Amino acid sequence: MNTPRILEVRKGILKKNDQLARGLRQRFREAGVFVVNLVSSPGAGKTSLLQKSLLVLREQGYHVAALVGDLATENDARRLAQSGAPVRQISTGTTCHLEAEMIGRALKGWSLETLDLLFIENVGNLVCPASYDLGENLRAVLFSVTEGEDKPLKYPTIFNSADVAVLTKMDLADVAGFNRRLALENIQKVRPGMTVLETSARGEQGLTAWLAFLQKQIPVSKTS
Amino acid sequence: MHELSVALSLIELAEAEAKQAGATHIESVRVRVGALSGVVPEALQFAFEAASEGTMLEGAKLEIEELPIRIFCPHCHAEREVPAGFILRCPVCNEFCGDIRQGKELELASLTLLTEERP
Repeated sequence: MNTPRILEVRKGILKKNDQLARGLRQRFREAGVFVVNLVSSPGAGKTSLLQKSLLVLREQGYHVAALVGDLATENDARRLAQSGAPVRQISTGTTCHLEAEMIGRALKGWSLETLDLLFIENVGNLVCPASYDLGENLRAVLFSVTEGEDKPLKYPTIFNSADVAVLTKMDLADVAGFNRRLALENIQKVRPGMTVLETSARGEQGLTAWLAFLQKQIPVSKTS
Repeated sequence: MHELSVALSLIELAEAEAKQAGATHIESVRVRVGALSGVVPEALQFAFEAASEGTMLEGAKLEIEELPIRIFCPHCHAEREVPAGFILRCPVCNEFCGDIRQGKELELASLTLLTEERP
């Protein structure tokens, strides 16, 4: 055995995922579809918000679709498919997050060109999905009023990896004794300047602002 | 707990780099992990030991360099290190600033390689 030598590598450990994500992002751009990755803790209301969003966007004439990740069951895909939009479930088995490779596989056979918006509902988890780029154009972190105002302080990494924060279940804010001002302050502490949208999937309170925000993101070529 | 996935990716990358460099053994691995990378160093260490069994990295030492968060403060016009924690506030002027310059790294920095000499 000869003397040890040091090899400088300086490469991202998740390089393979990042490369696949870059490929997906290019594919999305070429197809003119805007892709949103929804992340949150389990039970924050990703599926409910998405269900309502798909329904309303379809009524408004947008072409929308969704991929939904869970460890097990097809329950969420069934719920989302009620909107009439194409939906595919990704069952991750034991994996606690979605990876770019899973997205690529789930999209096989889909003509993305016909879509305006594609939603990816990540596995409910505020830790692991932060590290995995899925090629999305926008990452939205959901934060429900029942979770406690200090959620951003406890999970700063996911808030930092997201582009926009979406408060959910705002219709329950009073009942839950939600301190809105404190929650917004906490978001700004870990992600200064972050855009925050306030929503409720029930009663449509605040859904308009969220949907208007998304509609603004759709590539111009599609809206003409 | 995605450190096992990260450890598997690290092993795959390290083996490929070592083989390409003509090495037969990997003595140690140096990685850089930012405070905002989403990876817990202790969990990575544990996952690495379990996942490296039967690979070129079995028995290799994993050295983790932990990188603190650094932000660029537009008020001070200077890069600052954020003291322990995740509140992105300039330690000098106390303003919040989201311009992160360091802390998201998750990178294989270097490998210490050995090559078996042929008789």
